[in-house]
Amino acid sequence: MNEIVIKQNIVPNVWLMGIYSPQVAKKAKPGQFVILRVTETGERIPLTIADFDSDKGIVFIIFQVVGKTTSILSTLNIGDSIADFVGPLGMPYEQDSNDKSYLFIAGGLGIPAIYSKVKMLHSQGKDIEIIVGGRSKENIFFEEELRKYCSSLYISTNDGSYGQKGLVTDILTQLLENGKRYDEIFAVGPVLMMKAVVDITKKYGIKTLVSLNPIMVDGTGMCGGCRVKIGNEIKFACVDGPIFNGFEVDFDGLMKRNSYYQDLENLSYKEHKCKIGLGE
Amino acid sequence: MEVLKRVSIKEQEPEKRVNNFDEVCLGYSSDEAVQEALRCLECKNAPCIKGCPVEVKIPEFIRLIKEKKFKESYLKILETNLLPAICGRVCPQETQCEKNCVRGIKGEPIAIGKLERFVADWFRQNCEFEFEKPESNGKKVAIIGSGPAGLSCASSLAKLGYEVVIFEAFHKLGGVLYYGIPEFRLPKEVVEWEIENLKKMGVEFRTNMVFGKTFDLEDLKQEGFEAVFISSGAGLPNFLNIEGELLNGIYSANEFLTRVNLMKAYKFPEYDTPIKLGKKVGVIGGGNVAMDAARVARRLGSEVYILYRRTEAEMPARKEEIDHAKEEGIKILELVSPVRFMGDETGHVRALELVKMQLSQPDSSGRRSVKPIDGSNFIFEADNFIVAIGQSPNPLVKKAIPELELNPNGSIKVNENLMTNVEGVFAGGDIVTGAATVILAMGMGKKAAENIDKYIMCS
Repeated sequence: MNEIVIKQNIVPNVWLMGIYSPQVAKKAKPGQFVILRVTETGERIPLTIADFDSDKGIVFIIFQVVGKTTSILSTLNIGDSIADFVGPLGMPYEQDSNDKSYLFIAGGLGIPAIYSKVKMLHSQGKDIEIIVGGRSKENIFFEEELRKYCSSLYISTNDGSYGQKGLVTDILTQLLENGKRYDEIFAVGPVLMMKAVVDITKKYGIKTLVSLNPIMVDGTGMCGGCRVKIGNEIKFACVDGPIFNGFEVDFDGLMKRNSYYQDLENLSYKEHKCKIGLGE
Repeated sequence: MEVLKRVSIKEQEPEKRVNNFDEVCLGYSSDEAVQEALRCLECKNAPCIKGCPVEVKIPEFIRLIKEKKFKESYLKILETNLLPAICGRVCPQETQCEKNCVRGIKGEPIAIGKLERFVADWFRQNCEFEFEKPESNGKKVAIIGSGPAGLSCASSLAKLGYEVVIFEAFHKLGGVLYYGIPEFRLPKEVVEWEIENLKKMGVEFRTNMVFGKTFDLEDLKQEGFEAVFISSGAGLPNFLNIEGELLNGIYSANEFLTRVNLMKAYKFPEYDTPIKLGKKVGVIGGGNVAMDAARVARRLGSEVYILYRRTEAEMPARKEEIDHAKEEGIKILELVSPVRFMGDETGHVRALELVKMQLSQPDSSGRRSVKPIDGSNFIFEADNFIVAIGQSPNPLVKKAIPELELNPNGSIKVNENLMTNVEGVFAGGDIVTGAATVILAMGMGKKAAENIDKYIMCS
């Protein structure tokens, strides 16, 4: 159980893993996430389900090495197992059957979060366009995979090393200014990016969904750590989300909450690197 | 021997224990236990038993202590109570068995809880748990949640020959006994030992299984389970719904205790889960969970204040917990109610505005209500706040069984046999009663087992 059956280095520091977990694979739906714990002393971290194969019992996750947990995970190999793998958690993505045209916007690690949704909508014959953005060319991945499922794929990089130089929101603005309209826009990525997208789409009144990734412990509605303000209500991202109406999300509050443990996480990662001889 | 007074029990000194997570109460020695047992009058009508939700045969087990037959004493308790080492530690005996103790009329009641704990610990240290597994009756029962209600139901069913599987959402077993009650009140070693015994009884445990997500009722039916017992616990933490509650530094008691107890954040960075606690901490609430949170915060090095709407006399927490908290230097601010949290520019909480409250005359139920005193608002500064004002039922169960009938407060509705409106689905523990005690949950687990047995055997 929880055995790593597939491991691929997609771009520097970003890994794709297939985890053998028939029970999660059987129930998984686009939009849901898992909570995993790598070692017995490890923390529980949420990760989006990038894709799943119910027949083979495999759940795919994609992660970037940003701290101790992801660092340890990246050193495991095919045949190794991780301590715990729980899911699928959160509410699945629900689409409005009347919607026909979609624009997906993914920044960096948001790419895996759109993949299974895009695939599902494509199979239903919907019209899909995608904007993918990253810091640099090496941060853009899954381009070929996504291209199969959409009519247009736009790429932006901050440094201009690939696609259009600038931000995903530059492309979004151009598309909308040129008269493009969509029934639904779905944005996943850094909180600042999702906030910027919503600021634009609000003006056009286009329904916009976002998928949030706040700090979580249990992921089953027990601890309340992932609470976010949606409209005037406090919601728990783990049981009410992670997908919410972007117009209602308090992004500033979310950003502050997500930064709370940053210093301790850096400390833990630094110690880990020293221990394994990577130093600074 | 002063027959009206209890044999006093050794505890870790407060100054010492605030620096560790080791158990506070050190328990009786054999001699002390025998001495305390000798105070028992062995009343024929045994009013103490009537106070116990699982009807432990109290005078009988105490008589065996008098005779120094500690193993037999343990087995006597085990006839009706699966978890003596746990109940001896966390039951509110003062409002149950000990409240009815005849010795208590003139003097101090027999320390029934401490004696129960003594024999359980003695057995754990000196004996091997043996269980002759009855022949399987081939019937399968699924239990959702490995907390006290689930464990007690599993034990009763296993004794009857059922094949029992407990599904647990977390990676550790024990539910609230593991993530909620801190090590210094209930060592995890004790919980783990009890669970090992259940495994010896043939109970199967499956971790990381979230009901309504990883599996549902249909899956259980397909796997051949003939009945289901839902004991998934209290669930979503309540918040105050006041301004500023999203600020960093404000924890629900659930999150705070889960980080420390389950994820061992107090051992960070040896363990990866972090916790942040500043110099001064305010804990909002007056129940056992508030006491646990306050005492954990104290052990993490903070100066701790409990902020409570009524007075200490009205606190729902056990007196022993309140006394222990006070001994450890925790201060109680009575008759205050939160108005709004205030934070700094980084989004971290810095203070809580409180309003002073006054008690009214007792109402018909005898409970005194409180109302705010106009214009009495003041600012209470602290680095962190922990909100411990109860929980609401977890919504996942309802999502797993949409036709399940709930009470207006969201808890599961059951009939006198603890069966829900869904055929073959029973429920008990906090998901039915709202946050209550370990022993009450265990009592329901046991009752559910009897009814599940009747249900399966009659259908």
